[in-house]
Amino acid sequence: MANVPMSVEELKQMAATIRCDIIEMICTAGAGHPGGSLSATDIVTALYFRLMRLDPQNPRWPDRDRFILSKGHACPVWYATLAERGFFDKAHLGTLRQLGSILQGHPDMNKVPGIDMTAGSLGQGLSVGVGMALAGKLQKKDYHVWVVVGDGESQEGAVWEAAMSAAKWKLDNITAILDRNNLQNDWHVDELMPIEPVADKWQAFGWHVVDIDGHDMDAIVPALEAARERKGGPTLILARTIKGKGVSYMENVCEWHGKAPCQEEADQALDEIRRCSCER
Amino acid sequence: MSANLSPYHHVRPEVIPLLKDGKLFSEGQKAPTRAAFAQTVIELGAANPDIVVLDADVSKSIGTNRFGAKFPERHFNFGIAEQNMFAAAAGMATTGLIPFACTYAVFASLRALDMVRNSIHYPNLNVKIAASHSGITPGPDGVTHQGQEDMTIMRSIANSTVIAPADPDTTVLAVKAAAAHAGPVYLSFTRDPVPEVFGPDYPFEIGKAVTVRDGSDVTIIAMRDLTAHALVAAAHLAEAGIEARVIDCPTLKPLDEEIVLQAARETGAIVTAENNVYFGGLGSAVAELLVENHPTPMQRIGVRDTFAESGPYLDLLDKYGLSYGHIETAARKVIARK
Repeated sequence: MANVPMSVEELKQMAATIRCDIIEMICTAGAGHPGGSLSATDIVTALYFRLMRLDPQNPRWPDRDRFILSKGHACPVWYATLAERGFFDKAHLGTLRQLGSILQGHPDMNKVPGIDMTAGSLGQGLSVGVGMALAGKLQKKDYHVWVVVGDGESQEGAVWEAAMSAAKWKLDNITAILDRNNLQNDWHVDELMPIEPVADKWQAFGWHVVDIDGHDMDAIVPALEAARERKGGPTLILARTIKGKGVSYMENVCEWHGKAPCQEEADQALDEIRRCSCER
Repeated sequence: MSANLSPYHHVRPEVIPLLKDGKLFSEGQKAPTRAAFAQTVIELGAANPDIVVLDADVSKSIGTNRFGAKFPERHFNFGIAEQNMFAAAAGMATTGLIPFACTYAVFASLRALDMVRNSIHYPNLNVKIAASHSGITPGPDGVTHQGQEDMTIMRSIANSTVIAPADPDTTVLAVKAAAAHAGPVYLSFTRDPVPEVFGPDYPFEIGKAVTVRDGSDVTIIAMRDLTAHALVAAAHLAEAGIEARVIDCPTLKPLDEEIVLQAARETGAIVTAENNVYFGGLGSAVAELLVENHPTPMQRIGVRDTFAESGPYLDLLDKYGLSYGHIETAARKVIARK
């Protein structure tokens, strides 16, 4: 069982472990989305091993903090994180996308302990988070709602409906983290359908925006902690990330959005991630 | 033989003399079922602090602004953003709240359908979708506001329960039953006033249809605003010596299979009547059941493969083949095929 809350150094090691889990599970499954899982790994690790109020033995604890992976295709990072955090046996990771598995290709809240919301169809998670945050205010609960939104996903108009509403209701119990890896299924976000100036957009929608390196644990932890404490309205953490982070041949390569590595590629990836982790 | 010779069940006594020539529609007491919903959700909200109401800028039309006036902290108007509203309702439901998310049928079943399917029905969350303006009932508004496909669409979604009450009193019962039911429920209401047909003794239960008129020559299975038309058609048929059984089917899904099969066995001819496109809804549900279990001659009343138009409610029903006269003709036709 992980010793939480973790130090920044421990978080870095855990992120490397989770990256290895991601590579192994997608390689075994023969399908999945490694690129966006690896870009979100440091953020999700920091949330689950440092920030969030959770009880892995009681995954539906009403007072828990909530996490929504609105870019649901990146669920390998969520599954690996929940397994490492003790929500379920790590043996499940080898069953990703198989018939009868609890680990669906996109996350199902009724199959996996710790999944707070089903996701997969893009542009819905922030709205769901708004609903949870409104419920928290109404029920006078002090939980915090964390939502990871993809940058390609931000092309969905509903994301902006949700953004508008979180500001209207001054929801300071929700934080969105934009995984700004600049790649989507078909091509580069900024070329396919540009979202810039994205920080200005969120600010114009009434959000407090914090711009960070989404792989620098020394920046991630204080940014998340500050977002949790901030009063008066919602915070958007603009996390500048690299799709495929940690695996040289995947980094910034569009094709690794939704492709599984073969065994040889996986071995190389694991070697790179472990070597990098040991060098710290 | 029972001492009570009336073939009618749960029909208000004052309604029966008005069935002839459709006087029910000109002289009967009428109200839109959306108003009964709006009143009932206030009652529910007073008794249960977990009930919340979500709107998308048509609260004045549906009447849920009155819930907002009474329980402002439990009323959330999302503006013209149905997609956000339905996904937020899902988020609320994960915390134990019971959201009634309200808009027009065309927006609930089409514009926000992805949220309704993926964020509400797939996770089987306890959200009540309150859809007014179902069918071609918002007559004057025209096609963009006429939810003529909602029954078809909602029925096709796994985990769905689909309810379309016939009149104001049964709407009250339906809304209360929906609130007590765990899981998503789609509730469909009329924009236009419909006759107050049934009394408070109507035995509403989710998944149960109700025989509201006895008859052995043919069965008319109707829902929502066409149940009143089915009763008028049956009264006219009776004058010609044809005894039509009328079944009000307020729950499209799950369909009350037993009552349908019994009607098929006992009357040997079925007419379905729905203010919805005539594929995928009530007519299809009944046909699917019968074709596999007890093939029976059938005629379906519903909106044909067309869009309607603006116009007064009753005139629209008439022009698009949904009135009591059409039901009567369909009954004669199906009897001839026995």
